[in-house]
Amino acid sequence: MARAASSAKSASRGKGGGARAGSRSKGGGKTAAARPNIPDFTRDEELRAYHDMLLIRRFEEKAGQMYGMGLIGGFCHLYIGQEAVVTGVTMAADPADASITSYRDHGHMLAVGIDPKGVMAELTGRRDGLSKGKGGSMHMFSLEKRFYGGNGIVGAQVSLGTGIAFAARYRGDDTVTLTYFGDGASNQGQVYESFNMAKLWNLPVVYIIENNKYAMGTSLERSSAQTDLSQRGASFNIPGEQVDGMDVRHVRDAAQRAIAHARSGKGPYILEMLTYRYRGHSMSDPAKYRSKDEVQSMRSEHDPIEQVKARILKNGFASDAELKEIEKQIRAQVTEAADFASVSPEPDPSELWTDVVVEGA
Amino acid sequence: MPTDILMPALSPTMEEGTLAKWLVREGDKVAPGDVICEIETDKATMEVEAVDEGTIGKIVVDAGSENVAVNSTIAILLEEGEDPSSIGETTSAHASPAPGPSAAPVDEQAAVAPAAPVTEGPGGAPVMEVAQDPDLPEDVEFVDMSVRQALNEAMSEEMRADPDVFLMGEEVAQYQGAYKVSQGMLEEFGDKRVLDTPITEHGFTGIGVGAAFAGLKPIVEFMTFNFAMQAIDQIINSAAKQLYMSGGQVAAPIVFRGANGPASRVAAQHSQDFTAWYSHVPGLTVIAPYSAADAKGLLKAAIRSPNPVVFLENELLYGVSFPVPRMDDFVLPIGRARIVRPGRDVTIVSFSMGMKYATEATERLVAEGVDVELIDLRTIRPMDSATIVESVKKTGRCVVVEEGWPQGSVGSEVSARIMEQAFDYLDAPVMRITGKDVPMPYAANLEKLALPNADEVIAAVNAVTYRT
Repeated sequence: MARAASSAKSASRGKGGGARAGSRSKGGGKTAAARPNIPDFTRDEELRAYHDMLLIRRFEEKAGQMYGMGLIGGFCHLYIGQEAVVTGVTMAADPADASITSYRDHGHMLAVGIDPKGVMAELTGRRDGLSKGKGGSMHMFSLEKRFYGGNGIVGAQVSLGTGIAFAARYRGDDTVTLTYFGDGASNQGQVYESFNMAKLWNLPVVYIIENNKYAMGTSLERSSAQTDLSQRGASFNIPGEQVDGMDVRHVRDAAQRAIAHARSGKGPYILEMLTYRYRGHSMSDPAKYRSKDEVQSMRSEHDPIEQVKARILKNGFASDAELKEIEKQIRAQVTEAADFASVSPEPDPSELWTDVVVEGA
Repeated sequence: MPTDILMPALSPTMEEGTLAKWLVREGDKVAPGDVICEIETDKATMEVEAVDEGTIGKIVVDAGSENVAVNSTIAILLEEGEDPSSIGETTSAHASPAPGPSAAPVDEQAAVAPAAPVTEGPGGAPVMEVAQDPDLPEDVEFVDMSVRQALNEAMSEEMRADPDVFLMGEEVAQYQGAYKVSQGMLEEFGDKRVLDTPITEHGFTGIGVGAAFAGLKPIVEFMTFNFAMQAIDQIINSAAKQLYMSGGQVAAPIVFRGANGPASRVAAQHSQDFTAWYSHVPGLTVIAPYSAADAKGLLKAAIRSPNPVVFLENELLYGVSFPVPRMDDFVLPIGRARIVRPGRDVTIVSFSMGMKYATEATERLVAEGVDVELIDLRTIRPMDSATIVESVKKTGRCVVVEEGWPQGSVGSEVSARIMEQAFDYLDAPVMRITGKDVPMPYAANLEKLALPNADEVIAAVNAVTYRT
């Protein structure tokens, strides 16, 4: 994937840069005073964040269109609104780190650098898709990028991600596993079974709870006795922070801290990302459980991409015309992916019978 | 009256044990709760406490005695004022300190406990010659070994050979295994490779599967497969489907193993056979061995397999010994049934504990002149249809034996395959002998009725051969 003007993979192992306004550390017996300063990005970092988030936004919009045209079937869960979470975390991670998430996974794949063509062709169920068309929207993987899905069962990826971290510790390979899940999954029993073992064995895993406030149609308040999800590791002595998940700077800052903690052998860390999805739970969800005003105010006041764009312009990191050029490149890339996914042939019927088991075993 | 102190059972399946040590002497006074002796089985050691107050009048079984039967008198307790001359008054009908399954009449114990595969009939006359596994060298030597030991050797050998193999589960490490299958492995491999988990099947199974995605080769032990129900989502939705969903990219080389099938007197939630459940799922390999040789050779193959394997053991077989080939690296092929006894009159197909009933029935039928072909499936998925179908083409009749429930059973699948692939060769309908279509009852008599037995197998063979 072509990235915009940035090669900055800054401070992937370093301690988080000083300021952490908008994030508070709790749990695990730790407390941290709120720090007023916002951790500023460099020009390259701002441009990378802008590019990566915009790519996810435009890709998801296109996926929504293609779903409407009947090119994508089944379930399709869009990431629009939450782009800062995976973008900021990825900026803090090392390319060798593993990641795993739920079925709302398209953005995670783009963020770690998986070719949009392969993602879109999987959405359309074609042979050039990441899973040869056999996985679909919810089940995509890339061993090359150490992306372990794409998991359709709510909460299952939390145990699986903990297991990937177990393998890292077993091998002593110094990688961290970034395990993403939603506020809905945070009520699943296996999440706590995994928290317990992750801390018991001090596994290098960062749990990133993408709290978009609604588990499908059920608000956090209606489903959770303790709505501060960063506290959910407290009884396992896992530190946690609530983070402004709409501001990519806060996300990266907190993620640097969490990843450094996990990599240093201190065990798991929880980041509760306060975020918001603009679309329904899936394409077939009209999202009537929340008001249009609520959605509109998030979009107009907290949009992660608009925040970055405003800073770039204000700081003179790029001109309006230069940003438009980035946008144009992204639109071309997304259109190319969509065209590719539309013309890629369906899988050969013989593929029905392949990959059930490893043959010749 | 003097009270008999009886040999207690340490588990529902224990029939005898070793009286390791006496901690009291004749003439000692004891109070309830005092430890009086230590007994051992191959699985565990336990201290025996006095139940009543009194004086040890006589020690009947000496320290160090082996094979002491459960419920036999090991000492006699005198109440205050009694003297040793009154000892003759006792009978073993009194004062059992260990009520429970071991108190069942001896013939019922024999009925639920597995018999070692007998190759000699009454009087030593051979009635059934067990055919040698064609996968073994002809001149191989055999050594008697319990299924437990065979499983332990299989895991240990594979862990020595491959540093990516590790064992995790409840009580597998410090406790040495709930059924002592992993005895000694913590000591040899250390706590990095033999891990005690909390009692959280769903979580640790997911962790095991994740580790397999990342390239390790976990062995996940379920204390019993009843508890794997908590984790079946990770087994099926994560492990079994991963390769397919990823278009062949991400494999799950993992073994889920542990005790499956009815145990003894543990009732509905701890006594059931999940073979048919797992055998339904594409992506899984399902193995259910009967003999120690198959347990060893197939577990080694399972650990080496790049696919997720559900390896179904049987608690009641752990202590049973079978001849196991003495070979440096004894691995059996997955997916191949074994003709245990060739014959021409009728085919009996079974696996795991079902083989006990099938073997007993075969011995009795052969003695009556029925030339039975006995097949042990060993691997349930992929199923060795060819061996079954070839056999039925020869015999024209088939009886399938298993402990699981009848609907959607392994026997149902075998029947369907025979119907599809050998219909014209059948001289009688295929019959299924299964566990009864009820949750497992607790009462000893009902439990016995719920399980299949050799008489039912013989009746089915008589029916399909029109001998009745």
